[in-house]
Amino acid sequence: MNLTAIIDYKMGNLDSVKRAVEECGGKAIITNNSTDIEIAARIILPGVGAFPTGMENLINLNLLDVIKEQALEKKIPFLGICLGMQLIATKGFEFNETEGLNLIAGEVIKLQSHNGERIPHIGWNEIHFIQNSKLLDGIINGTDFYFVHSYHFVCENEKNIIAKTPYCGEFNSIIGKDNIWGTQFHPEKSQKYGFKLLKNFLNM
Amino acid sequence: MLKIRIIPTLLYKNPTLVKGISFDSWRRVGTVIQAVKVYNMREVDELVFLDITATDEQREPDYSLIDDIADECFMPLTVGGGVRSVDDIKHLLDVGADKVSINTAAIQNPNLINEAAEIFGSQCIVVSIDYKKNNFGKLEVFSNSGKIPTNLEPYEWAREVEKRGAGEILLTSIERDGTLTGYDIDTLKKVSENVGIPVIASGGAGNYDDMYKILSQTKVTAIAAASIFHFTEQTPKEAKKYLKLKGFAVRIL
Repeated sequence: MNLTAIIDYKMGNLDSVKRAVEECGGKAIITNNSTDIEIAARIILPGVGAFPTGMENLINLNLLDVIKEQALEKKIPFLGICLGMQLIATKGFEFNETEGLNLIAGEVIKLQSHNGERIPHIGWNEIHFIQNSKLLDGIINGTDFYFVHSYHFVCENEKNIIAKTPYCGEFNSIIGKDNIWGTQFHPEKSQKYGFKLLKNFLNM
Repeated sequence: MLKIRIIPTLLYKNPTLVKGISFDSWRRVGTVIQAVKVYNMREVDELVFLDITATDEQREPDYSLIDDIADECFMPLTVGGGVRSVDDIKHLLDVGADKVSINTAAIQNPNLINEAAEIFGSQCIVVSIDYKKNNFGKLEVFSNSGKIPTNLEPYEWAREVEKRGAGEILLTSIERDGTLTGYDIDTLKKVSENVGIPVIASGGAGNYDDMYKILSQTKVTAIAAASIFHFTEQTPKEAKKYLKLKGFAVRIL
């Protein structure tokens, strides 16, 4: 069954992701049941909110093992969106230092204003490709996506960086490693090209 | 580069969308779902939906309506009106709001801003500030859809909500609202230059040049507008074309 599991860990706005997946022709369930996640063909970890609360909820729902097993051992396609991307880091520094899922090595730190940039970074901004990725098929370098965040993902290994966005210097807006990807922006809210990116993910 | 956002504001007064002048003289301007569908088709940058009578009627937000709106809305959606607690915010995010706007509740209980920012992150907490000249000729923040004076000065209050963790400010001049006579440049300039979070200008846009003026003379990063889109032939897309010619970074598809 070609089902996408959207992980429900009480961190908001899951319905938009489900609607977007369906609009892209996919089938999705919103779930925090390990069995559902085990049988899914791919996983989306969405999320809005703070890093420590996000991890705490994943732990309380007993989801760490199943996520790691599916993503790292069974290597099914995995997409983290916004907070969901940040949680795949080794650790985060929002409020307190908190351990992340460690699916891609890196740290999540606060954006620092360089040139009077306002934080949170809210609105449409472009992504600049650093390397090719199947996730970017049919998307032009420099396309705008919708961002709403104050923290960003610093990769330990530069080769995990797929796209960067110029703001507060620049930050990583798409990261990827094997079957695992993260987008700092919200594809489900980024209209035509956001849907294109989701379709690319659904075709993995 | 981060693009300027042009944000249509939808004001809801059960059962339809309305638009007034200076928070009064409301005219019906159509149904919600229809408007959301149109803006979705036109791929606007973002939408703000405010239920303007929920607080005064002591109602909670109409979650099922907002669920329906979010189902039609594949663009960022900010929802406000009747939001009183962390639970209300959670419920709104659950049914599909991307950001939640608080106004009266933040004035009555400023700690709500801190709590909400800690749980949901600053990025989804918008504080909406409505202000006008009081009887002494001083600018004052008004709560309950512009009805109740608060003794707060808009510039001070903006600084305070930022300090408490608000991620964005929607700043509305009650006197300019619906007049199509241009934004209140002085106040928007003062507030946007003195906070480090994004400020959305609201109240008074009558033509594209008003938008150009507010963007070129202040540090606002987004502009909200309603009457100009409801009652004139002007559109968000044409506004962006105009602003692009003037040298602003906008998103044109």
